[in-house]
Amino acid sequence: MYKNRAVSVPYLLWAVLFIVVPLGLVLYFALTTRQGAFTLDNLSRVGEYSSVIMSSIWLSVIATAICLLISYPLAFIMSRSTGNTQRTFMMLIMLPMWMNFLLRTYAWMTILEKNGLINQLLGKFGLGPLQMINTPGAVVLGMIYNYLPYMILPLYSTMIKIEKHLIEAAQDLGANTWVVLWRVVVPLSMPGITTGITMVFVPCISTFAISRMLGGGSSMLIGDLIELQFLGNTYNPNLGAAISLVLMVIILICMALMNMFDESEDKEAMLL
Amino acid sequence: MNENVLISLRNIAVDFDGERILHNINLDINDKEFVTLLGPSGCGKTTTLRIIGGFVEPTEGDVFFDGAKINDLPPYKRQVNTVFQRYALFPHLNVYENIEFGLKVHKVEEKERRVRVREMLDLVNLRGFERRSVNQLSGGQQQRVAIARALINHPRVLLLDEPLGALDLKLRKEMQVELKRIQKSLEITFIYVTHDQEEALTMSDQVVVMKDGVILQSGTPQDIYNEPANAFVADFIGESNIVDGIMLRDFLVEFAGREFECVDSGFDPKQRVDVVIRPEDIKVVPSIAGQIAGVVESVIFKGVHYEMIVDACGYKWMIHSTQAQEIGSMVGMEITPNDIHIMHKMEAE
Repeated sequence: MYKNRAVSVPYLLWAVLFIVVPLGLVLYFALTTRQGAFTLDNLSRVGEYSSVIMSSIWLSVIATAICLLISYPLAFIMSRSTGNTQRTFMMLIMLPMWMNFLLRTYAWMTILEKNGLINQLLGKFGLGPLQMINTPGAVVLGMIYNYLPYMILPLYSTMIKIEKHLIEAAQDLGANTWVVLWRVVVPLSMPGITTGITMVFVPCISTFAISRMLGGGSSMLIGDLIELQFLGNTYNPNLGAAISLVLMVIILICMALMNMFDESEDKEAMLL
Repeated sequence: MNENVLISLRNIAVDFDGERILHNINLDINDKEFVTLLGPSGCGKTTTLRIIGGFVEPTEGDVFFDGAKINDLPPYKRQVNTVFQRYALFPHLNVYENIEFGLKVHKVEEKERRVRVREMLDLVNLRGFERRSVNQLSGGQQQRVAIARALINHPRVLLLDEPLGALDLKLRKEMQVELKRIQKSLEITFIYVTHDQEEALTMSDQVVVMKDGVILQSGTPQDIYNEPANAFVADFIGESNIVDGIMLRDFLVEFAGREFECVDSGFDPKQRVDVVIRPEDIKVVPSIAGQIAGVVESVIFKGVHYEMIVDACGYKWMIHSTQAQEIGSMVGMEITPNDIHIMHKMEAE
């Protein structure tokens, strides 16, 4: 279609070098022994870690759900406010993202620690200390804190496209605020919801820094497991590659499910 | 107060960003009538409509519906429905679901919903379009869906905000007739906002002319056309020649350098007034026979008549006549006392 194909060459080269080749390497390592012979052992060994995989999925689902619950009303309020308020909100949401991800997570460590900010404060009232750090709860908190903007932004950008007149029309026909939300705003912001869920769920399920810093040893996630295979004492890149492969498949399945959901909405609209 | 009054606006004022956009609006709207709010854009007609719909709260004044004050009543509790300017159809719902929306919200049973949506589809001639997506409809069809959707809850008042603005001329005319038919057959009140004076005259029982947030005149189309309250109304409703005049005494006015008999009285002697004469009320006669004589400057064929501009006594007179005159020729103009409308000068413009 485009005449000047030369323009796309650098991008193609980039894609091949940094996407296709690494993927091929992952596949190769996953299906070979350390000596380079073909094997399915690595993949079948992944089954031993099914509890880690399940807890990763579970924590990511919780974090994504809470992100959605927090972000949805906020994005809606933002999309309905005046330009200045919208810009202020946007600034507040973006501001933490200017700081390094690890620094932000370290900050949470000092807040949640046994002798951290919260427990010191509680101690003043003769309460606590509470065990907060090194719990699955702290990991979920870290996930929510770090990935919340990725939920708010896509929601907000689909919601500002919803015309004010549509909401007024629904009110005019007898819908109170909840009915307006449920029957008009939610269906029309569906693309934002699916994008937001994908953008939060995928980094959550593959994270390793958050779980290591805030979860201690209490909740090992898939990401930690993979990291261990490459950098830990259990050094086993073949198993690591196999787990990575499984993780990719899990994410692919999740995204396919989301897309199916999205498409069935479209198709419904088309067919009816 | 008339017993037939359904909606009453009392001393309504609205401020927007510290600016007053509606001033002291007083308006009574009769039950089952077709009332049009007419005016140029920015005159406050849509805001007035939105006050009745409940989308704008008046800064001052009261809104009464059927005798009860409804200032604070949210839109979803009012017996009023709206056809929005750009239709505002729900893009995620098909034609049937759009019309059904109001019933679902009110938790009407499935069976009854089906019957009532069917009724509405018949009313707006959209049978067979149930499953269509609203994005596949033409402007006129979307318009019909919007009307059906707004009427499904059997409102007592339908508000229409420039509903025909986006349609082409022929479709507009068709929809005008259709809207009037729907209003008559359902026997409900229509409040219609438009800037098109012809639309207002042909459809309404009552026309309310607005400008700069003020009601200039309210009355039947005949009243408004024949007895405009001031030069602005006269000019806005149909075309007119507006010239400066001086009232010499009752029934005698001076303009264009000579005296004319007229039918107006009650002005101060020597009061400066606007004299309004409709282009179709000026009769073209041989130059010696007329009260005023002038030179024809231009002639434009308009279909039913010719529109001529005649330069006389320092004014350009617009004349509508079925007979064309030659450009550059001298013609006489004759105006009968009945066709001379005397108006007070509008205050400080």
